[in-house]
Amino acid sequence: MLDDLAPLHLGHAMPRLDNRTYWRTNIRYVLTLLALWFLCSFGCGVLAKDWLDQFTLPGTGFPLGFWFAQQGSIYIFVVLIWVYALLMSRLDARLARDGVDVDEGDAQR
Amino acid sequence: MTVQHWTFLLVGLSFSLYIWVAIASRAASTKEFYVAGGHVSPLANGMATAADWMSAASFLSMPGIIAAAGYDGSVFLMGWTGGYVLLALLLAPYLRKFGKFTVPDFVGDRYDSQSARIVAVVCAIFVSFTYVAGQMRGVGIVFSRFLEVPIDVGVLIGMAIVFIYAVLGGMKGITYTQVAQYCVLIFAFMVPAIFISIMVTGNPIPQLGFGGVDIASGAPLLERLDGLHAQLGFDAYTSGAKSTLDVFCITAALMLGTAGLPHVIVRFYTVPTVRGARISAGWALLFIAVLYTAAPAVAVFARTNLITSLSERPYAEAPDWFRTWESTQLIAFEDHNGDGLMQYVGPHATDADGAPVINELTIDNDIIVLANPEIAGLPNWVIALVAAGGLAAALSTAAGLLLVVSTAVSHDLLKRALKPDISERGELIAARVAAAVAIGIAGYLGINPPGFVAQVVAFAFGLAASSFFPVILLGIFSRRMNRAGAIVGMVTGITFTASYIVWFKLLHPELNAADNWWFGISPEGIGVIGMVINFVSASIVCAFTKAPPAHVQKLIDDIRLPSQ
Repeated sequence: MLDDLAPLHLGHAMPRLDNRTYWRTNIRYVLTLLALWFLCSFGCGVLAKDWLDQFTLPGTGFPLGFWFAQQGSIYIFVVLIWVYALLMSRLDARLARDGVDVDEGDAQR
Repeated sequence: MTVQHWTFLLVGLSFSLYIWVAIASRAASTKEFYVAGGHVSPLANGMATAADWMSAASFLSMPGIIAAAGYDGSVFLMGWTGGYVLLALLLAPYLRKFGKFTVPDFVGDRYDSQSARIVAVVCAIFVSFTYVAGQMRGVGIVFSRFLEVPIDVGVLIGMAIVFIYAVLGGMKGITYTQVAQYCVLIFAFMVPAIFISIMVTGNPIPQLGFGGVDIASGAPLLERLDGLHAQLGFDAYTSGAKSTLDVFCITAALMLGTAGLPHVIVRFYTVPTVRGARISAGWALLFIAVLYTAAPAVAVFARTNLITSLSERPYAEAPDWFRTWESTQLIAFEDHNGDGLMQYVGPHATDADGAPVINELTIDNDIIVLANPEIAGLPNWVIALVAAGGLAAALSTAAGLLLVVSTAVSHDLLKRALKPDISERGELIAARVAAAVAIGIAGYLGINPPGFVAQVVAFAFGLAASSFFPVILLGIFSRRMNRAGAIVGMVTGITFTASYIVWFKLLHPELNAADNWWFGISPEGIGVIGMVINFVSASIVCAFTKAPPAHVQKLIDDIRLPSQ
């Protein structure tokens, strides 16, 4: 499914993906997702917790900071891991299509 | 049927299931014994990881700790789940690509050093035994409380079961029994949680129910509980008492420790591909999250039930479950003011004249999960289910840990360090013998628990956070990090963390208070500072020594690419 979608999003003008770009893109994904990871747990659940507690999660009785610490951050963690897995599956597929290095690597093993 | 009949039935059925699974999945080679042949599907590995991870502590103790600590309990919820994000993004895919069997394997090969390998082996064994002693104790406690056999006999029965599937099946047997154990434990945790959620809030989903409205009072449940806490002189449930810095550090130490624990990392060697490792981490955390998001809900329901059913009630009219648990000494009443009423109050409680009120009830945290179904008046089979679930949680974690110990001995120590020419058959026999010996030692520790078991759990996490996590991370993401840097980093990180914990937990427990801690960071959270020290000292040493050799550079390039 991802393979079908990839050309739509990435277009044919994308430069050929080499190992170096693959690694840089991976690092960019990791840093972005870890920023969100930090923000939802240490940010909303700990550092900004007291300030956020003046609000409640809409439609519930949860003080917002407390909710982030005991529920929200966990849900977000799950989403972050899945997003990373999907992004990387897509990147892997691009590398397999564009790069020859992967196959060489395989042959050596 | 009585609770005991139900318990025998459910525990017997679940044990037969584990043994049947174990016999169906025996290991024939070292690869099957260490990493289940590398053929486990990401979904099954996710379930097995979840069962591996959720121990007797998660299942039996965590909701009770949260109920007692309120917001402060969040450190466990975020810490023991957030580590999976680090694992999935920073470690698991690369270790899978590296594709050997253990954590010391990676450390030894990446840093091209036998000493680094041996340090890693020692850490892995220490961390695993620390943990496993607690699991065996948990097995014994469940047996003794629900089946009325002595704790020692309970531990022996648990040992026998683990022996069958760990020694016969190795990782292959363990993986598939863990899948079965996950199903048992999550069912056992969620059924009472759902029942209680319906009773307290009318909402069948506990995760939503605890943010809902309390049926009895019509007010939002958390507001009501905060009100009860204020009235009885406890710290507000949704605020807690720990300093923000301490909460921050403990959460971080638990996350980093989780990501560095060898029995969790090794599970990601069992899936077929790098892609599988990433997806498997997603499944694992999803399955873990089911319990971890329900636990704080159970904590709130139980806390409210406990206060409303006991506070200021006459002791003579205490409910039946109170008597049952009183006989196990998990709950105790001492009538200080002689009025016959049970004053259950916190540290800030005062009477009408402003004089302090003395608390008369002591309630063990473990009672929350074990007695919750009784407190809520649930049917007998639900109570029995909790026993079967607690055993599943304890056994699955114990098996995973024991495998790490046996692999560390037979593979890392024997095959890779002491006797490299050992045959496949010889190594497999060694692995089985090591597993059997490890079970024996674990059982001994379960029957004769050293007094410091509870204290050293902080140790296990601190150690993993200050040693394994940085050394693996640098090994993957820094091309320049070399042998000298890694060894100095591990040694300084561990020494600092261990000294701080030993000082406050073992040598001077009387000084273990916020006023004496460095910057107010408790021993539970000091692993983070240990990790920083590890990073800094490793980087400094690395800058003055030469870059790793060409074949290590090639290894780094290789693990960064995803091919199978």
